[in-house]
Amino acid sequence: MGVDNPLGENIITTSLDKLVNWSRKSSIWPMTFGLACCAIEMMATGASHNDLDRFGIIFRASPRQSDCIIIAGTVTKKMLPVIKVVYEQMPEPKWVIAMGACACSGGIFDTYSVVQGIDEALPVDVYIPGCPPRPEALLYGIMKLQDKIWNDKNSFGSAIGLGERTEQAAA
Amino acid sequence: MAENNRAVIKLKEKFASSIVDVVEFRGEVTVTVTKSDIIDILSFLKSSLSFNLLTDVTAIDYLGKKTERFMMVYQLYSIPNKDRLRIKAAVAENECSIQSATQVWQTANWLEREVYDLFGINFENHPDLRRILMTPDWVGHPLRKDYPLQGPDREPYKGRLS
Repeated sequence: MGVDNPLGENIITTSLDKLVNWSRKSSIWPMTFGLACCAIEMMATGASHNDLDRFGIIFRASPRQSDCIIIAGTVTKKMLPVIKVVYEQMPEPKWVIAMGACACSGGIFDTYSVVQGIDEALPVDVYIPGCPPRPEALLYGIMKLQDKIWNDKNSFGSAIGLGERTEQAAA
Repeated sequence: MAENNRAVIKLKEKFASSIVDVVEFRGEVTVTVTKSDIIDILSFLKSSLSFNLLTDVTAIDYLGKKTERFMMVYQLYSIPNKDRLRIKAAVAENECSIQSATQVWQTANWLEREVYDLFGINFENHPDLRRILMTPDWVGHPLRKDYPLQGPDREPYKGRLS
């Protein structure tokens, strides 16, 4: 760290941005929102074998307590307004994971009733391919989101009203 | 084979002039009737031959293949007799409507709303004829053969290399 423990053993030095980023990435609370078969795989990822809780990821049943929404499945044009309302109810900062081929691009449903990718409506941070993605793939995607949150700049300053938070693409 | 069917014999006795065609294929009996007598025939089947369950109502679009574009299909089941019967009735495109079967079976309500939504066939005397699957502001009827698969607002798919 370039600091030679001048304050003793139990003191660590960091920047406020890193502290905020660390707490955000260690407690991603996703919205409980499943749309299709990907939701089954998302539930499997949350269950004991893969255990999302060890990342501090706890599914919340209210958008007002969530800071991440996993679009898990096919988005129909009839469902899109509902997803928009849920997303708008989430407090800032918030992230979007497009899980599976349908949420990324419409998948096999190249038809009149299906939205061709949720990025037509929401700003997507992480795309996870697969039909449906295995729990390992969802875990990897969530870890990519953690990397992205970890590399945010000015996250403390923006929280107290000084300037904007700047995001970087996941490595 | 189909001629020995209990329901077909009774229908031929009572509605000889309304029956267009009787077909049996792999044990499934289909009776095609004229549109104008559909309610008389359906209520006769329910009251006298105890076809008390309307399993499904759907339609077929024969665009460019038949003179009368649509064909209504009613799938009936008799719970006491464990017997199935399919009733069909042709509906022309220029007078695209048929009497509602809700007068006979209440379950026809939502089934006919689905047919109205996706095929655009109007049901006379239906209590609540609204779209049921598509959004209320949707334009067009998606299961019609002339409706573009990817929607009217997109370029049609021209193959993998397009």
